[in-house]
Amino acid sequence: MDNLLSIVTFMPALAALILAVFLRGEDEAAQRNAKWVALATTGITFIASLFILFEFDPNDTGFQFVEEGTWIMGLTYKMGVDGISVLFVMLTTFIMPLVIAASWSVTDRVKEYMIAFLLLETLMLGVFMALDLVLFYLFFEAGLIPMFLIIGIWGGANRIYASFKFFLYTFLGSVLMLVAMVGMYADAGTTDIEALLNHQFGTEAFSLLGIQLVGGMQTLLFLAFFASFAVKMPMWPVHTWLPDAHVQAPTAGSVVLAAILLKLGGYGFIRFSIGMFPVGSDVMAPLVLWMSAIAIVYTSLVALVQEDMKKLIAYSSVAHMGFVTMGIFAANQQGIDGAIFQMLSHGFISGALFLCVGVIYDRMHTRDIDAYGGLVNRMPAYALVFMLFTMANVGLPGTSGFVGEFLTLMAVFQVNTWVALVATSGVIFSAAYALWLYRRVVMGDLIKESLKSITDMSRRERAIFAPLVVMTILLGVYPALILDIIGPSVAALVTQYDTALAAAEAATQFAGN
Amino acid sequence: MSADLTIILPEILLAVFAMLGLVVAVYTTKDGMASALLWATAAVFIAVGAWIGFTGEGTNVAFNGMFIEDAFARFAKVTILLSAAAVLLMSEGYMTSRGLLRFEYPMLVVLAVVGMMMMVSAGDLMALYMGLELQSLALYVVASLRRESVKSTEAGLKYFVLGALSSGLLLYGASLVYGYAGTTLFSGIVQVAEEGVSLGLLFGLVFLMAGFAFKVSAVPFHMWTPDVYEGSPTPVTAFFATAPKIAAMALFARVMHDAFGGAVADWQQIMAMLSVLSMFLGAFAAIGQTNIKRLMAFSSIAHMGYALMGLAAGTVLGVQAMLVYMAIYVTMNIGTFAFILMMEKDGQPVVDIASLNMYAKREPGKALAMLVLLFSLAGVPPMLGFFGKLYVLRAAYEGGLAWLAVAGVIASVIGAYYYLRIVFFMYFGDADEERLNGGRSPVLYVMLMASALIMVVGIINMLGVEGAAAAAAAALVN
Repeated sequence: MDNLLSIVTFMPALAALILAVFLRGEDEAAQRNAKWVALATTGITFIASLFILFEFDPNDTGFQFVEEGTWIMGLTYKMGVDGISVLFVMLTTFIMPLVIAASWSVTDRVKEYMIAFLLLETLMLGVFMALDLVLFYLFFEAGLIPMFLIIGIWGGANRIYASFKFFLYTFLGSVLMLVAMVGMYADAGTTDIEALLNHQFGTEAFSLLGIQLVGGMQTLLFLAFFASFAVKMPMWPVHTWLPDAHVQAPTAGSVVLAAILLKLGGYGFIRFSIGMFPVGSDVMAPLVLWMSAIAIVYTSLVALVQEDMKKLIAYSSVAHMGFVTMGIFAANQQGIDGAIFQMLSHGFISGALFLCVGVIYDRMHTRDIDAYGGLVNRMPAYALVFMLFTMANVGLPGTSGFVGEFLTLMAVFQVNTWVALVATSGVIFSAAYALWLYRRVVMGDLIKESLKSITDMSRRERAIFAPLVVMTILLGVYPALILDIIGPSVAALVTQYDTALAAAEAATQFAGN
Repeated sequence: MSADLTIILPEILLAVFAMLGLVVAVYTTKDGMASALLWATAAVFIAVGAWIGFTGEGTNVAFNGMFIEDAFARFAKVTILLSAAAVLLMSEGYMTSRGLLRFEYPMLVVLAVVGMMMMVSAGDLMALYMGLELQSLALYVVASLRRESVKSTEAGLKYFVLGALSSGLLLYGASLVYGYAGTTLFSGIVQVAEEGVSLGLLFGLVFLMAGFAFKVSAVPFHMWTPDVYEGSPTPVTAFFATAPKIAAMALFARVMHDAFGGAVADWQQIMAMLSVLSMFLGAFAAIGQTNIKRLMAFSSIAHMGYALMGLAAGTVLGVQAMLVYMAIYVTMNIGTFAFILMMEKDGQPVVDIASLNMYAKREPGKALAMLVLLFSLAGVPPMLGFFGKLYVLRAAYEGGLAWLAVAGVIASVIGAYYYLRIVFFMYFGDADEERLNGGRSPVLYVMLMASALIMVVGIINMLGVEGAAAAAAAALVN
């Protein structure tokens, strides 16, 4: 199978095309067919992606399964995975069948809904596999279109505002990256990511609009990419689109957004910022570290006062992404290991939390925390699942949430103790808001009249949660499962980063003498 | 002499065809012939386009350099002919049902196209002006085709008065250039300009550029565009938005490179300003529009800004980018106007954007095609429109205009808003009342779907346009 990656990537798109062309009608049978086609496709995609995982050789730090073909404008169609990206591919294919299964209760324009999600899966997979700058940008940006439609068509009451904000905010962030990519093409003469990773972009300081730019072109490129990834991540203070998008999106949309789309930014930081602009990253790292620390504390505090469950989890996502950026820009083995681990684990946990909200939203049609209370009396299974993921969100040892936070904190402690100190306090806040949320929704007496007849999770819902529960605990007790795969690639990246910094340092000193 | 005539044979044949058509129609059933004439014209366009595209090679010069037939001219001519044919085919149903289909219409379009073909092949200021005026005169008339409508008449008159003004500017510039260069031939001017652009020549250049900017409707010479787009019958608007834009843009490139190729530094800044102003005005002004034809007018202004960005680079890559951009732009506009032509209620055309409310629920196929076109117009990947933008961005960046590239992408974000607004009406609306019905023309449907399909499938290899554009640009810039 020479083109396994392309097969995995485009299988969902193909299914979407088949749905679009051949499925007619809006009756119940057609809806059911659309759902089953989507579920089957995402399931097969997951199985196909397992072949990637099994044949992947962790000790090879280069790109594997590489496919290459010529394309327009001197670009290449090039796909491949390495230790950094392969698990994101797995995360995507793993989450998507659950997302489709969680959408079983959708009744409005089901065919279009499934097409949108299938296309989204193709585009997200493409982002992680693309080894050409423009191909990467293409997948990265195109994902906005289905997400825009998902929020806008199937979203909540204020969906129009949220969808426009989502689209324009992230679009604005990304276009500067496009210009930077054009600049990189002009500088290096290629858009091949593999070649660009070995290309040394200029580090000569120059002045732009009267500002002396340390790190020269690398800093400039870093900033352009930062504009895009920071919005996508999202980092404080450009995170404001996320709570709106999350609250208005349908449950499945929230899950995809939290579990996968937010990871595009982190992946981009590791692949591009650290990989291609080491000097620029080094110059900007203190700023990014402090922004991450502020994000962790600030958004945790904001989460404390939320009335809306989805909004609370959205803010908690921003806080957790703060750990990720912190780990990445600590730029050592633990940091980047931890960041990737944190992203994967957050994919399971936040996805599950949004599904938890979805479960009770489907029953009560409200996300107000005040509308609930004492659910444990009628929904014991739900209470158990919700508790597990709340604890994982807090970072309880034994769950996957702990490993990522611990690794990133340990990494940043070596680089900047003060940032580590501030960030660690965020762990306490996160315990506060998460436990308080759990207390208000699940514990206590069941006094609300409307909740008296609420039913526990159905078999379908339990089936959706089961894999997430397994992954969260498994990764919590045996993190080597992930670290063994990403370790060698991360080590190579860190070595390259340090070498580049040392070389730049030497060059500066040489020029100084 | 006969060699000269062979080179301009396509133009001669088209002109003869137009005159024959007029005579035959006058002496037979007049407007009864109109429909047949229209189909014949479209067929002739396609045939001539194929002929030029497949058989032409090398650079041929006729009439002592006044007429140049090279890869660049061929690229522009083929695009002009094919888009004109597409628009003609799209207009038949609309015009017939509203009693607008007169036999003069296809013939005027032929004459306009002959003018455009002259423009893109011009090697001399006189030839340029002849082509330009032939095109413009025919266009003034088709703009006011709906004689009983005040708006249409106004559109024609406005276009005429402002067009005459711009022609005046252009002539003034041409005479200054002639005065200071001592020749009207581009090949002569370029030699004089290479030795240094004198003040008089520079003035001439500026006036020439103002004239061209008017024809491509670049800011600040764009004022006529929204009114003319709105007032003209929709098929005519579609025509305005496509073929004449390519011709004017190609002419612009031709003069800048053939006549002033050695003085890029002198016109680059002007071009960059035209570009940046057009992009931003197009993006901002379209936000408040409720009439989709006016919106498309501002959208076309913004798109001309991007195409000018390619020209501003002043390089081979820049011209290539401009050509690719224009080809993509024309394809998108044909599809979009096919959609607009299908917007009708009880047989009456509707142009209000709000009427598209929940269109996606009733017409999922057409709405999806329009969605693709809108995102392509906005320059969102993976649609082909994105690659057009990428091309001009790259040209601008490598031409040393990084600031222009940054301005361009910011304008594209602002512009995305109003395209999204149409998507919003089509997909996110609430009320389910039927505001549009009818519009079941198979021709329009095919055009819409084909255009949308090209936007998606085209990203695989750009359907060969890239290579042709590269050859065309190489022929122009040396």
